[in-house]
Amino acid sequence: MAKGGYMSGIFGSSPVSPLQQHMSKVYKCAQELVPLFNAVINEDWGEVARLNQVISDLENEADDLKKELRLNLPKGLFMPVNRQDLLEVLLMQDKIANKAKDISGLILGRHLKLPECIHEDYIRFVERCVAAVKQARKAINEFDELVETGFSGREVEIVTEMITRLDEIESDTDTLQADIFAEIFTIEETLPPIQVMFLYKVIEQTGDIADHAENVGSRLQLMLAR
Amino acid sequence: MDQMTIYLILAGVFGLFMAWGIGANDVANAMATSVGSRALTLKQAVILAAIFEFAGAYLAGGEVTKTIRKGIVEADAFTADPNLLIWGMLAALLAAGTWLAIASRKGWPVSTTHSIVGAVVGFAAVGVGMDAVNWGKVGTIVMSWVVSPLLAGTLAFLVFKSIQKLILNSDNPVESSIKFGPIYLFMVGFLIAMVTIKKGLKHIGLDLDTEQAFLYSTLLGVAVAFLGSYLIRKVKTDPKADKKFHYTNVERIFAVLMIFTASAMAFAHGSNDVANAVGPMAAVISTAQSGLIASKSALPGWVLLVGGIGIVIGLATFGYKVIATVGKSITELTPSRGFAAEIAAAATVVLASFTGIPISTTHTLVGAVLGVGIARGIGAIDMRVVGNIFMSWVVTLPAGGLLAILFFFTFKGIFS
Repeated sequence: MAKGGYMSGIFGSSPVSPLQQHMSKVYKCAQELVPLFNAVINEDWGEVARLNQVISDLENEADDLKKELRLNLPKGLFMPVNRQDLLEVLLMQDKIANKAKDISGLILGRHLKLPECIHEDYIRFVERCVAAVKQARKAINEFDELVETGFSGREVEIVTEMITRLDEIESDTDTLQADIFAEIFTIEETLPPIQVMFLYKVIEQTGDIADHAENVGSRLQLMLAR
Repeated sequence: MDQMTIYLILAGVFGLFMAWGIGANDVANAMATSVGSRALTLKQAVILAAIFEFAGAYLAGGEVTKTIRKGIVEADAFTADPNLLIWGMLAALLAAGTWLAIASRKGWPVSTTHSIVGAVVGFAAVGVGMDAVNWGKVGTIVMSWVVSPLLAGTLAFLVFKSIQKLILNSDNPVESSIKFGPIYLFMVGFLIAMVTIKKGLKHIGLDLDTEQAFLYSTLLGVAVAFLGSYLIRKVKTDPKADKKFHYTNVERIFAVLMIFTASAMAFAHGSNDVANAVGPMAAVISTAQSGLIASKSALPGWVLLVGGIGIVIGLATFGYKVIATVGKSITELTPSRGFAAEIAAAATVVLASFTGIPISTTHTLVGAVLGVGIARGIGAIDMRVVGNIFMSWVVTLPAGGLLAILFFFTFKGIFS
């Protein structure tokens, strides 16, 4: 007779754990930017090339996770969160990894050097941006607890607190970014113009990492509010 | 062998086969949420299911059996030729059994209840005449198929919200679950005892008045609560386990609490679904023995006993495999959700059994699961599957009816 009760079919595969896995992968990917910029400062281009490969691999793995999650989210799924919001969070998470890949590619491709006066500030800036990603991951890691509590009570407060903290980190990175811009502006004349152009671009893209992390948080906040 | 003996043997065989089918297939759906949430091991689930399915069938299955046996058809229409009822009920059993066998082979989510009601209405309306059906009763039953998932869903929503408020969102969820868990168990125990005492104990020779019923139900509820309280205090909580997922220990306690709701679910299922097998069987037996439609005659207790035994045999020979399969495929349901869904579904089904209305246990449980889902408590529910389950009766009713008509005229041709 039957191969199994049909009741089991009503439980779809929950998107929570795949989303968390994707975020972990994205964080691992972004994390590599710190050693990458250290290698840039040391002008160790072999190491930069290696790290570029690591970042690129992690970005690919994150991409695979993203595709898998999307395929497992048919329209007929009834979830505690809006499907569109969930896909947006996923997209934002993915943009972090993409951006990390763009940065490392650009640096390797142009053997971009950082002016000495910004070395220290730049590492602090990158670390802060990666901290924003870490904070976003921390918030996403509360997703299963949110489902457990049915998006209510203290758990919502905890996550809201985390998102507020994430916003603070992001605004730190804005300040650091502005400082670095100012420093470069003062020595701009002494640098080759094309290098300056790309330098500004890399700085902006590094800042984007924190922006995307903040976006992950704000999309998560939308889910809390439903 | 005279015809009456043949009828009795056929009724016994068909009825037992249906009961076997219920044990083999349907129990798994009723127990799915328990095994799926890892609250019970397979062996525990099967043993509990056997005990409580049997108890439910034997102690509280009488009212629904009465409905299937003589509530859907108009007894007056058969007084001229009681054989019509015998052939019809045999045909209904065979039709429902056949349809269920086809459906489960194909993996279609059909309900025993819908099959048998469709079959009984089918043979009576077409084989005998439109006025052979008690349409008022049928209307009530069909209405209850809409109402029961809604009621279970609403109850599940409220139970889950109360669990959120009292336990999950409290300062110390583990302590709160130890404190409030037994209160839920009291309600489960009380409700089931009440239904059993009010409706079930007469045929085993006990007749209690309302006051006594209330007293004994309270006592049983308290006993269940104490047993539960004792068991959850024994659960070893490990603060380290909460590091990764903050509610690991609470879920461990709910897993124990769920043993009780799983038992309640099995009891509820037995009390409502046993009628699908023994209702028609009882109709054949009493008609064959007395030669007329004994609309006043009481239900013989042993009929329910046969049904209960049939279900347990089905469970032991085949059902345990289905339970294992179902358990493996449900991984997203944690005990606290299963607990809320089962309390709601069991309460709804037991109430239906109390009033003698045959409803689909599966639909009720699906309704309850959706209720928890609406409270944002479940990661993902596949609405396409839910839709298929809910829509299945639209096909099952006419299918059961058509097959019953076919078998009815076949029997009529053979025996008259």
